[in-house]
Amino acid sequence: MYRYDEFDQDFVQARVAEFSDQVARRLAGEITEDQFRPLRLMNGVYLQLHAYMLRIAVPYGTLNSKQLRMLGHIARKYDKGYGHFTTRQNIQFNWPALSDIPAILADLASVEMHAIQTSGNCIRNVTADHFAGAAADEVADPRPYAEILRQWSSVHPEFSFLPRKFKIAVTGAERDRAAIQTHDIGLHLKKNAAGELGFAVYVGGGQGRTPMVAKKIRDFLPEADLLSYCTAILRVYNLYGRRDNKYKARIKILVHETGVEEITRQVEAEWQELKDQDLKLPEADIRAIDAYFAPPALIERPEGDEAVKLARLDSKSFSEWLDQNVVTHRHPDYAAVTISLKGIGEAPGDASDSQMEAVADIAEKYSFDELRVSHEQNLILPHVARADLKAVYDALVGVGLATANSNLITDIISCPGLDYCALATARSIPVAQEISRRFASLERQRDIGELKLKISGCINACGHHHVGHIGILGVEKKGAELYQVTLGGSADENTSVGEIIGRGFSSEEITDAIERIVETYLGLRLDPKETFIDAYRRVGPAPFKEALYAGEAKAA
Amino acid sequence: MKVLTANRLTDGEAVWYANGGWAETIGNAEVAHDKAAEDRLEVIGAKAYADNEVVDVNLIDVSVVNGIVEPVRLREKIRAAGPTNRNDLGKQARPTAARAA
Repeated sequence: MYRYDEFDQDFVQARVAEFSDQVARRLAGEITEDQFRPLRLMNGVYLQLHAYMLRIAVPYGTLNSKQLRMLGHIARKYDKGYGHFTTRQNIQFNWPALSDIPAILADLASVEMHAIQTSGNCIRNVTADHFAGAAADEVADPRPYAEILRQWSSVHPEFSFLPRKFKIAVTGAERDRAAIQTHDIGLHLKKNAAGELGFAVYVGGGQGRTPMVAKKIRDFLPEADLLSYCTAILRVYNLYGRRDNKYKARIKILVHETGVEEITRQVEAEWQELKDQDLKLPEADIRAIDAYFAPPALIERPEGDEAVKLARLDSKSFSEWLDQNVVTHRHPDYAAVTISLKGIGEAPGDASDSQMEAVADIAEKYSFDELRVSHEQNLILPHVARADLKAVYDALVGVGLATANSNLITDIISCPGLDYCALATARSIPVAQEISRRFASLERQRDIGELKLKISGCINACGHHHVGHIGILGVEKKGAELYQVTLGGSADENTSVGEIIGRGFSSEEITDAIERIVETYLGLRLDPKETFIDAYRRVGPAPFKEALYAGEAKAA
Repeated sequence: MKVLTANRLTDGEAVWYANGGWAETIGNAEVAHDKAAEDRLEVIGAKAYADNEVVDVNLIDVSVVNGIVEPVRLREKIRAAGPTNRNDLGKQARPTAARAA
């Protein structure tokens, strides 16, 4: 795992000192809120409905046990005993006092963490496949490149005041688990015919009020050119991106309005100027960063197969968890484990202080001290020996984190919504909770199969509703919450934006509507192997519209 | 009818203007029944903002039920009570405040 070098540590310490001084001056009334707001946002401090909120960066979603333990400590000491893991692989605390934030940042810096660039119109936390370094299907670990991008983009003088925020995601596998086509820049790490590493480059994806699937502007960019090419993209965006209208300021609008051919031409022209200058990555530097991400020494544990077989016979619930939350590792004696933060009826992505500490202990003991945060708001143990899976499962059961629902209908992405967020127009967590309770039966969930349900409490789409197989968007209409349903979205290598199915539903109606959609799918699928999204792509919206609204048409 | 609300600078706590100061619950907030009273509250809010006591100052719509001030919009109900999915958090967790939903 990446360790701060001297420069990183000095930089983060200096920022803690600087922001602590700014907070002290603000509390003393020496600077105004208008002066302070941009400063606090540069350090991840928002003001929400009930309190300030602190968003802490988890670069490419990778944490060690010490860091997760510190997050648990912060939750207990400065907050209300829990934190919320986000769709950008970060964590948010919902109740910190402004006067405590300097102390929180000092605690974070002691474990190589910070909240820099988790807000503002700059390059945000670079996200990556949560199974990076463990996945059996990746060509290489994408995180070294995410780290190179992090170093390059941190307080980048040219790109700290962009027209709008800018998000980059990297995957190292054909199967995209990082939703790269919904990002401003999506990078697909791959090998060319000569076996060299490079990237397919996607630009202009995004969600929000104008969802767009990113366009591929280059099929293969040599790895050495990563920074010069990204700089070229950012330069074109910084120059031509709209600053007159906040809602049209993301690069997706520029790409859409300019056209993919012309934007590609502009980027390539800019790149020609840059490519052979000082941004070219020296091979030695790439390999030096690579070395930080060297996989742990995975010793042979061939006893795993027998141990798993016996434990399966012994425990049905373990067997179900194994089927749902455990995936193949590149090493046959190991597995990657998804720790669901979606317990039935729980708020998606929330974890208590004691749960964080318990997971940290489990990771230290059974996963080479390593953890991931997934953009689907779960935690991952990337390297668990199959022989240890039962022990890990038992430990997770002990802290209420063994829900076997990964990729099922109750594995819901949800933004904080109106229960916390100052921008929200409707609640999303209670909707997620009610749907989760309705579909609590694991047998039923498994019969339904893979189904990605995503809920946002406003048009900004933090809950990724546009790319949910079933998406729910909460809005306010005539003073009441109204939930619009979209179907057919997807955030994988076949990214698509969902279509609005019809009129919205009240908070009392929405769970019934979702159930009707699911029952309709079950009735029309060709066989249990045809997933919801495949069935939807085959039949289109008509049968679902019929199921939801036919009665109304007849009544009218 | 409107009341004046804000978040306290030091800790972000949601507060309402009541009895010449900022209260942590809405129940006794000073209600403006007419434009003149609203203007007066606005002046108070602007001064408190300028004095760095509070941030995000707003006048919000309320109704008065049995002498108790209640916000009209759900957003403000939630601010006054706490998250609806966690009744153990926010002002509703204190003995004197009501739940939003």
